[in-house]
Order: sequence, then structure tokens, then C-alpha cells
Amino acid sequence: MNTTAEAIETSTANLKASDFDGDRTFEGTLGDITAAEARMECRQVNVWYDDNHAIREVSLDIGKHEVVSMIGPSGCGKSTFLRCLNRMNDTIPAAKVTGSIKLDGREVLDRGIDVVPLRAQVGMVFQKPNPFPKSVYENIAYGPRIHGLTNHREELDELVETSLKRAGLWEEVKDRLEQPGTGLSGGQQQRLCIARTIAVSPEVILMDEPCSALDPIATAVIEELIAELRQEYSIAIVTHSMQQAARVSQRTAYFHLGDLLEVGATGQIFEDPQHNLTRAYVTGRFG
Amino acid sequence: MSQTLLLVVILAAMALAFQLGRGRAIRTAGGPTGIKHLHSLPAYYGWYVAIWAGLPALLLLLAWIGLEERVITALLVQGLPAEMTQDLSEGRVGLLVNDIKNLATGGITSGDATPVVQAAAERYRRWTGIADAARWVLVLAVALAGLSVAWWRLAPDFRARNRVESTVLGILVLFSSIAILTTLGIVLSVLFESLRFFQRVPWTEFLFGTEWSPQIALRADQVGATGAFGAVPLFTGTLLISAIAMLIAVPIGLLSAVYLSEYASRRLRAWSKPTLEVLAGIPTVVYGFFAALTVAPFMRELGESMGLDVASESALAAGAVMGIMIIPFVSSLSDDVINAVPQSLRDGSYALGATQSETIRRVILPAALPGIVGGVLLAISRAIGETMIVVMAAGLAANLTANPLESVTTVTVQIVTLLTGDQEFDSAKTLAAFALGLTLFAVTLTLNVIALHIVRKYREQYE
Ligand SMILES: Nc1ncnc2c1ncn2[C@@H]1O[C@H](COP(=O)(O)OP(=O)(O)OP(=O)(O)O)[C@@H](O)[C@H]1O
Ligand SMILES: [Mg+2]
Repeated sequence: MNTTAEAIETSTANLKASDFDGDRTFEGTLGDITAAEARMECRQVNVWYDDNHAIREVSLDIGKHEVVSMIGPSGCGKSTFLRCLNRMNDTIPAAKVTGSIKLDGREVLDRGIDVVPLRAQVGMVFQKPNPFPKSVYENIAYGPRIHGLTNHREELDELVETSLKRAGLWEEVKDRLEQPGTGLSGGQQQRLCIARTIAVSPEVILMDEPCSALDPIATAVIEELIAELRQEYSIAIVTHSMQQAARVSQRTAYFHLGDLLEVGATGQIFEDPQHNLTRAYVTGRFG
Repeated sequence: MSQTLLLVVILAAMALAFQLGRGRAIRTAGGPTGIKHLHSLPAYYGWYVAIWAGLPALLLLLAWIGLEERVITALLVQGLPAEMTQDLSEGRVGLLVNDIKNLATGGITSGDATPVVQAAAERYRRWTGIADAARWVLVLAVALAGLSVAWWRLAPDFRARNRVESTVLGILVLFSSIAILTTLGIVLSVLFESLRFFQRVPWTEFLFGTEWSPQIALRADQVGATGAFGAVPLFTGTLLISAIAMLIAVPIGLLSAVYLSEYASRRLRAWSKPTLEVLAGIPTVVYGFFAALTVAPFMRELGESMGLDVASESALAAGAVMGIMIIPFVSSLSDDVINAVPQSLRDGSYALGATQSETIRRVILPAALPGIVGGVLLAISRAIGETMIVVMAAGLAANLTANPLESVTTVTVQIVTLLTGDQEFDSAKTLAAFALGLTLFAVTLTLNVIALHIVRKYREQYE
């Protein structure tokens, strides 16, 4: 035990104060950014918010049947990167995105492509729960309705029920489906938004801290859901919980001040990180 | 002039009192280090003494200014020889008093001054001199007395903050009650005049009668002018014109708000919103002659060319122009409400693969609906109360009709015609205006209350 602590001590002893501010030189991402069977391939993605260079030259694959977790200190650009993947940064007038992101070989960042089917394919759960000011039922039914997934009330009822069940919310809301979703508690809203997203069966699911307001039991349900979704789909998840990243993901990416410092198999990132900053972060020395 | 000087002196006394109070508080606490033993901060003790020095003196000064002239005038009239005033009307006495005052201040008088008047002027001059001096002495004495009383009361455990804050509260309550009382006064006066009207014309006839011709016989032997006060045609006319106005304003205003807030580029927004708001700044009288001189003739010609008979003062013309007037009202309120819908809801919808129009129809408009309804109700109450356009463009004929091509009249138009021109103040005709005003007020008040209630309910949703 003592020796591990000492090993970390020596490996992080040569961290300089300048490592923690923005003026560092960045020599490229450590580790293997590619996935065995890539669903999404991001190359040299940059995002500016006006003059703020939020993420720099990020290249990363998200593979089939894979959960990629993204970790890193607050403000390092995890949400920004995630929002690139389904073009949600379009809704921020100040945001500018460059580089290349491909979904099944098709360029996503092309101005000409239609973002509507893209977003139906690449679903997203936001960092802040944002239920519609409609009933719980209507919140879930919204997506299936606009995509015409079901034509019958019974089918829709069933879809709503299974979505809520998979998100672990059914027992809590089954008697109040007609009440407004905005009246639920923070954690219930978070699960409502997860249920809403999976109701349209997206093939790639982006989750931005989906368990930040959940108790351990609800968190376990969501992690089970993620494991189950992985059988068919691809998932990118942002989390501040190392344990969660270790439990649910196959690969982990460490972001630092807008750079993707290191990518690797989850076990390797947590047990044998290459970069000093990654090591410092995963062992809880800062962040 | 001397009033202003006195005011300045009182303010100076307050400033002095502040310093004294604050200094004394610090001294009784045993110097700056002892401040923590005081109940309140030293400034509060200063304010407390300043309020005592200033407030009673100011109130006294205010009362004095209000009463002085009246008291002196009364004394002056009493001082005049009885045979001079006893058979003069009130107005003549006023004239006489004016003469005396003018003489006293060296102004122009209406005739040659008799010795009696000159003596009175002399007295007047003397009394105002005394009053001036007395005012100074009394006001300053009160200020000083207030200051010393407050100063003596100061002690470390004196609750100066609570006293000062309750005084401030009292002043705030006073001012807000002035606003409320004024409104109440207006409402009550309208109410009482309406009650007088309803003594002459039963309210059932007023509210349910279908004939409106408020001509009352001036002479007993006049024929055909008994007067009919059935307000139904006026309210249906108002309703018809408002309905036409809303039919134009709501779709145009709402759609332009949706376009501006959801689709327009930032540059377009930056200049089109102010442009729309310029529409709101056009005086209604301009809209009025626009309606009467441009739109109404145009509609009549258009109607003729289609073989329709359009009155030259049609409800359609007035309603259409009123609708145009209300567009910026609806669009700017709706725009605010739509913009208040959080971006995260739009994001949520887009992330599910919804198109922009689906998002607007299914998420944004439903979320903004209560606010939009509130805005529309406010716009309706504006349309109902609008006067200038209808006076100029809607005509006077009290027709009970739902045909927008005919001429109708509105409640506001009738109030204007009832009250302009010569008439006795207590004739049924004049009083009818108050009854109409009261009814109109009740209608718009109800609409506003509903609107505000809806708007407030909507606000709670996102806060
Ligand atoms: N809408 C925006 N407009 C301007 N700047 C933004 C916007 N969103 C994020 N940023 C900036 O981009 C940088 C990265 O933000 P981002 O939200 O991606 O961080 P994050 O890694 O998700 O942090 P957290 O863990 O706190 O969620 C920050 O410096 C932030 O200030
Ligand atoms: Mg984030």
C-alpha cells in the first residue's frame, strides 16, 4: 500500500505548476485513439466559443458495442466534445467547430448534411435535466410521435412503459404519468430524460453525467441499462466518478484544458496511465 | 422664496442632527472601539435624530403652506365692513379679495382703490409679514425640539435601526397609498355618477336594451326625443371592432414573433425589432386619420368593385387599422415570452431528432402559450378601450349588427360624443357616459386580472 502511494508520489513529483494552466505545449494524445470497429471517427476536432479555444485537435473513435467514458477536470471540454458528435453546438451561435467527424463513414460536420436524422441516430442526455413542461407520459411519447414510430395508442403506452422501466423510473411515476415532468425531483428528471432518449432507439447515445443527481440504487439501474444498451449500440459517457468510468466503460479518454491527453483501455488508464496528469487525476491528486 | 430657504435650513438642520446623533452614539458607547456595544450601527442613531429634527418640521411647513392663504383670506373678508360683503356673490367677494391682495403686492387692480380696500390691503400686508415670521420661528422651534428630544433619548441599547426602518416603511406606505387612493377616488367618482344615472334609467334597460339614442328633450314640448339608453348595440359594436382587430393582430403578431425569435438572424433581429416597436410609438390619432381617409375609402371602393355595399365608416376599416396598431403589442409580448422559454428545452427537442418547426409547434408554443394568451388578453383590453381610431373611423350610428361592412359605434365613441359639446352636467345624457365608463372599466379590469393571473402562473414555471 505504502509503496503504491510512494510510486505515485515520485511519478507526480515532477509535475510543474505550469502543467495546470493553459500555456502548456501539447505534443499529441497518448495511447491508441482508434477503436476495433469504429462507429464514429473524430479527427482533429477544434471548437471555439468566440475567441475561447475550448477543445484542440481532439481525435477519438467510438466503436461498435463499446462504452467510451470521458473524464477530466471541470471545464476541460468534455461536454463541448460530446455536443459536437450530434451537432448540438449548432444551437450556440458563438460556437465554431472544425475538423472531421464521421458516423459510419459519412461526414457529420458537413454543412450540407441534414442534422435531423443525424440527431435521431445519435441521441443525447444533457448534463442538466431538461424535461419538457408536459406530462411525464408526453415527455417520453414526444420522440416516438414525431418520428412516427408507433401508430397505436397501445403501442405507444407500451413504449412509454418499457422506456421508463429501463431507466428505473416506472415504479416511481406509474401513478402520475399525467403530471408534469417538471414537477419530478432532480434525480427523477434525470432518469426521465434518459428514458426519453432511449424511447427513440438511437444507435449512438451520448450521456453527459447521467448519474450526477442519482442515489446509488438508481445509479446501478442506469449502469445496468448502459451495459444492456452496449449489446446493440455505442455509448459515450461523461462522468466525474472514476468508479463509474471503471465499471461501465471499455475505453477511457482523459481530457485536460481542452486537450485529449490520453486514451486507452479503461483498465490501463486507471492502473497504468502514461501521462503524469492522467495519473494525478485518476488517483485523486487534483481535479 | 422664503419657503425654499426655510426648506434648505431644515435640511441643514437634519444634516447637523445626523452628525450630532451619530457622534453622541459613538461617545456614549465609549469611542469607536465601543461601537459593538451599540444596538445599531452609529449611522442609524444619526438618521434617527435627523428624522426627528426634519420630519415634524417638514409636516408643519406643509400644513402651514396649505392653510396660511386660506386663513388670512378668511380674516380679510371678516375684517371688511359687513355692508360691503353681505350682498355680494361668492365670485364677487373673490374678486374683491384679489384686488386687495394685488394692491398689497403692488400689482394691478380692477378699479380705483377705495380707502376701505386700501386699509384692508395694509392689513393684509401686515398679516402676511407676521405669518412669515411666525412660520420661521415655529418651524425652527419644532425642528429644534425634535432634535433635542431624539438626542436625549439616545443610549447604547436604544433600538435606533428598528425605529428608522419603521419610519422609512411608513413613508413608503404613504406614497404608495397616494397612488392607490387616486385610483380609488376615480373609481368611486365614476361609480357614484353611474348610480345617479341608474336612478333615472333602470340598469336592466341600460344593460339589456337594444336601442341607443341618448337625445333628451331640451324643452318639454319637443317631440320624438325621449332618449333610449340601451347599451347593447354599443357593446356589440365594440366587440365587433375588437374581434376584427384581434383577427388581424394575433396571427400577424404571433407569427412575426415566432419568425423573429426562432428563425431570424441576429442582424435582422437587431433592426426589425426596433422597427416593429416604432409602430407602437405612432400616436393613435395618426392611425385614426389613416383609417378614416385612406383605409375606409379604399375598402368602400374595393367593396363596390365586388358588388358589395360597404358603409363609408365600416367596422371593417376601423377594426383593420386598430389591428395594425395592436400588432407590435402582440408581437413584442409574444416575442418576450418565446424568448423566455429556456434554450435547454429547444436543445432537448432537437436532440431527439425534431425539426425546428416541430420544436416550435410542440414544445415552444405550448410552453409559451399561457404567456401568449395573457399578452393577447392585454391586447384585447387595449382594443376595447381604444378611442381615437374609432372616433374617426367607426361612425356614430348605433347599429345592432354583426356585419363588418356596416357602420357601428363603440362605447368609447359614445362617451366622447356624450361629453363633448354643451350640456348640463347632471343630465341623463352626461351621466350615461359615466355608466358606460364604469361598464367598460369593469370589462377591461376583468380581462386584465385574468391576463395577469395567467402571465404570473406561467412565470412560476421556469423560476
Ligand atoms: N455555451 C458556451 N458559450 C461559451 N463558452 C462555453 C459554452 N459552453 C462551454 N463553454 C466554455 O468551454 C469550455 C469547456 O466547457 P465544457 O462545458 O465543455 O466543460 P466540461 O468539461 O463539460 O465541464 P464540466 O465537467 O464542469 O461539465 C469552458 O471554458 C467553458 O467556459
Ligand atoms: Mg460538462
